[in-house]
Amino acid sequence: MLGPIIETLIGGLLTGVLYALVALGFVLIFKASGVFNFAQGAMVLFAALSVARLSEVMPLVFAVAIAVVIMVVLAYVIERLVLRPLVNQEGIILFMATLGVAYFIDGFGQTVWGSDIYKINLGIPKDPMFFFEGVFPGGILIDREEVAAAAVCAILVAGLAIFFQVTRTGRALRAVADDHQAAQSVGIPLNYIWLIVWAVAGIVAIAAGMVWGSKLGVQFSISLVALKALPVLILGGFTSIPGAIVGGLIIGAGEKLAEVLLGPILIKTFDLAGGGIENWFAYMLALVFLLFRPQGLFGERIIERI
Amino acid sequence: MRAPAASDIAAGEVLLSVEDVTLSFGGVVALRDVSFDIKKGEIRAIIGPNGAGKTSMLNVINGFYQPQKGSISFKGETRTKMRPYDAADGGIARTFQNVALFKGMSALDNILAGRTLKMKRGWFWQMLRIGPALTEEIEHRKRVEEIIDFLEIQAIRKVPVARLPYGLQKRVELGRALAMEPDLLLLDEPMAGMNLEEKEDMSRFIIDVNDHYGTTIALIEHDMGVVMDLSDRVVVLDHGVKIADATPDEVKKDQAVIDAYLGVAH
Amino acid sequence: MLYREAGQFKTSYQADQAIFPIAQDRWFVWGLVAFGFLVLPLFADQYLYTEVLIPVLILSLAAIGLNILTGYCGQLSLGTGGFMAVGAYAAYNLALRLPETNLIVVFLFAGLMAMAVGVLFGIPSLRIKGFYLAVATLASQFFLEWAFARVKWFTNYAPSGSVAVGKLELFGMPIQTPMEKYLFVLAIVVVMTLAAKNLIRGRLGRMWMATRDMDIAAEIIGIRPLYAKLSAFAVSSFFIGVSGALWAFLRLGSWEPLAFDINRSFQILFMVIIGGLGSLLGSFLGAAFIVLMPIFLNQLPGILGIPMSTALISHLEFMVFGAMIVFFLIVEPHGLARLWAIAKEKLRLWPFPY
Repeated sequence: MLGPIIETLIGGLLTGVLYALVALGFVLIFKASGVFNFAQGAMVLFAALSVARLSEVMPLVFAVAIAVVIMVVLAYVIERLVLRPLVNQEGIILFMATLGVAYFIDGFGQTVWGSDIYKINLGIPKDPMFFFEGVFPGGILIDREEVAAAAVCAILVAGLAIFFQVTRTGRALRAVADDHQAAQSVGIPLNYIWLIVWAVAGIVAIAAGMVWGSKLGVQFSISLVALKALPVLILGGFTSIPGAIVGGLIIGAGEKLAEVLLGPILIKTFDLAGGGIENWFAYMLALVFLLFRPQGLFGERIIERI
Repeated sequence: MRAPAASDIAAGEVLLSVEDVTLSFGGVVALRDVSFDIKKGEIRAIIGPNGAGKTSMLNVINGFYQPQKGSISFKGETRTKMRPYDAADGGIARTFQNVALFKGMSALDNILAGRTLKMKRGWFWQMLRIGPALTEEIEHRKRVEEIIDFLEIQAIRKVPVARLPYGLQKRVELGRALAMEPDLLLLDEPMAGMNLEEKEDMSRFIIDVNDHYGTTIALIEHDMGVVMDLSDRVVVLDHGVKIADATPDEVKKDQAVIDAYLGVAH
Repeated sequence: MLYREAGQFKTSYQADQAIFPIAQDRWFVWGLVAFGFLVLPLFADQYLYTEVLIPVLILSLAAIGLNILTGYCGQLSLGTGGFMAVGAYAAYNLALRLPETNLIVVFLFAGLMAMAVGVLFGIPSLRIKGFYLAVATLASQFFLEWAFARVKWFTNYAPSGSVAVGKLELFGMPIQTPMEKYLFVLAIVVVMTLAAKNLIRGRLGRMWMATRDMDIAAEIIGIRPLYAKLSAFAVSSFFIGVSGALWAFLRLGSWEPLAFDINRSFQILFMVIIGGLGSLLGSFLGAAFIVLMPIFLNQLPGILGIPMSTALISHLEFMVFGAMIVFFLIVEPHGLARLWAIAKEKLRLWPFPY
């Protein structure tokens, strides 16, 4: 009995890494601009579509390089056409604007790249690996792609940490995150910073899109799976990069375990037509969190001043 | 449970008393063992240099902050935990240093909102808006119109407050507080940022409110001339500690007060 | 020159507080309602009823519901679809299990059930704001969607998960033809819009707006955030629940939970943003815009003579909606309703420039 549970747990944790990858993009943008970017999911889909369709005609490396350029251009366009005119608006207005952006990118991406299911081949063998065959009967099965995802995530986080802590742009980013006006008054160009942040979030979206895409196939549903990043953020706190990772792991593992352990009980008690509690478990967990610890695990406490 | 009516308390008796209130945020002490009282019918000023804890004091009185130590008695009832709407229910109204109006609503609606607590009709009647609900709505509109006349803002009643100049916004805010028919009115820098003429108008309104309605007023103000003219008694705070509590004339001569304002060589 | 208020003096506060203080507005709205009840049925065909009029009216009702919560009380919700589903399935189950129930009672029940669920999911709004709340309402959306797909009792153990309503009638009169359905929906929408207007301009409405504009100041004048927010959730969900039941019974006839998925929530939110946050008129304009836009886009290939696939058209729809949202938020946050108000202002002065 323990073997399958550990297997589920590990599978869940690795899915959680994927959530964390999407959540990372949210955190970056929220930290630096206070914008709750609902379009991150759409950006992941768009990036995945770009890579998938480009890699049909060129090697993967070039496809990714061009996708990076595309995401930077996209960031520029968003900054120019959406964020700049809405500067100093309330957070909720910006949030709704990113909802519009999400719809636009979803439609635009599928218009340009098509709306079938496409493949991204990362060149990782599909056969799963087995561990601990001596300890548990049959061992523990782990998907290689998920391990790759974990590795990509680790590299990204390390890279971002270095970028934030060491480079001059990183320092400016932290300053902007702390206080827009104060940062501006010491000569940090806000628009440029926002452009950088959105571009970096776009590049994170490429990473997330490639890993998701190779696992699920590139299709519209990626945009919705990315909504799972929202409960991750609530758990981890909106401004914390470690929070996004830990939150992702908790949600990923939690929902898979809930499906396996809680699912059968619910099905029996309420006479359900199948489980599928994965669909809402993450959100309900987030809801409970919001009630008892609204700032998340790692977020800063919000003190209201009058 | 409602607090007893203020009419039970005779003019000149204590309406509100603050006892040994200590308030701190983390390590920062905003108020330390502050005690004073406000008597019914008087105009009480709270003054002090910047950061003295004046606004914090008001925030404690109307329930925004819970003091770590000490208590507040209002109309003879001592309260421990209280929320701002409880204070409003008990008869404490308030204006803010930075105008806190409902920006999307007209001046009229802002003041009408001040009468929320006085209106009793349920959802069903409100939905139909006939009979008792309509009568109630119109009756309160009349009361609000009296306040509008009193504050001389007839011309702007239908204007969204966000479009009004600062001085008028302050008047509307006062109007909203008056609509609550409070027993105690807390005014946080009612004249900040006003020119002389506007200050004179505002002073007149404050004195009239005190005279006509008998409303007890506690106000924070930086303009010493205004404080000396308006107030019956003055509390002086400095660094969260009460350093004087007397009539305006006495306070003016108090050495500790002078030191606090001008600074003193240590 | 026709649209003037000069010479119309109000002699009582009641007259001054009327919904339409200007006589011309009053006549216009009466005329519009009369037109809807008496004139439209003379020439409207089935397509106009089922594809335009009925959807616009029902979705307007949902938009009014969301506008009460988001536009008037400032609480953003992405759970509209879920609350519509509650209304739809509540109505379905009551009609199924007590077949003799009057149709009006069925819809009232739908509204009340949605109200109860709405208040339950509104509780987090006491502690959280803005997009935090939006995420919390997503929880209700996904949970409710799931519940109606999986709990067999709700769908009366239908193997496909799809349910259908039987013949509808009210006081012995059948509601079968598109025209009958349209008149029924119109009557409900008119009555409920009036009720919404009365609530908004009364004490409750002022409490909601006060909470929206500055919750701290609202507290000091004695408004309990608990009461203001939950009452907004309650009234809003009631409207949304009724509209969900109407949508299921009179527009769809048979449906599955997918009809109330998250895209429905977004659709209603877009109506509110494009129509105008905090405007009842905007709810109607926004609903009309969102319903008519795809119809227009579908005609587009024919008009332009360029062949387009249906997939492309649906992607274009996404792009147009997304762009419109951003456009309105930037240029006119008060939406179509404000554009209407500006036009009226101009008309008032016409033909003079000032």
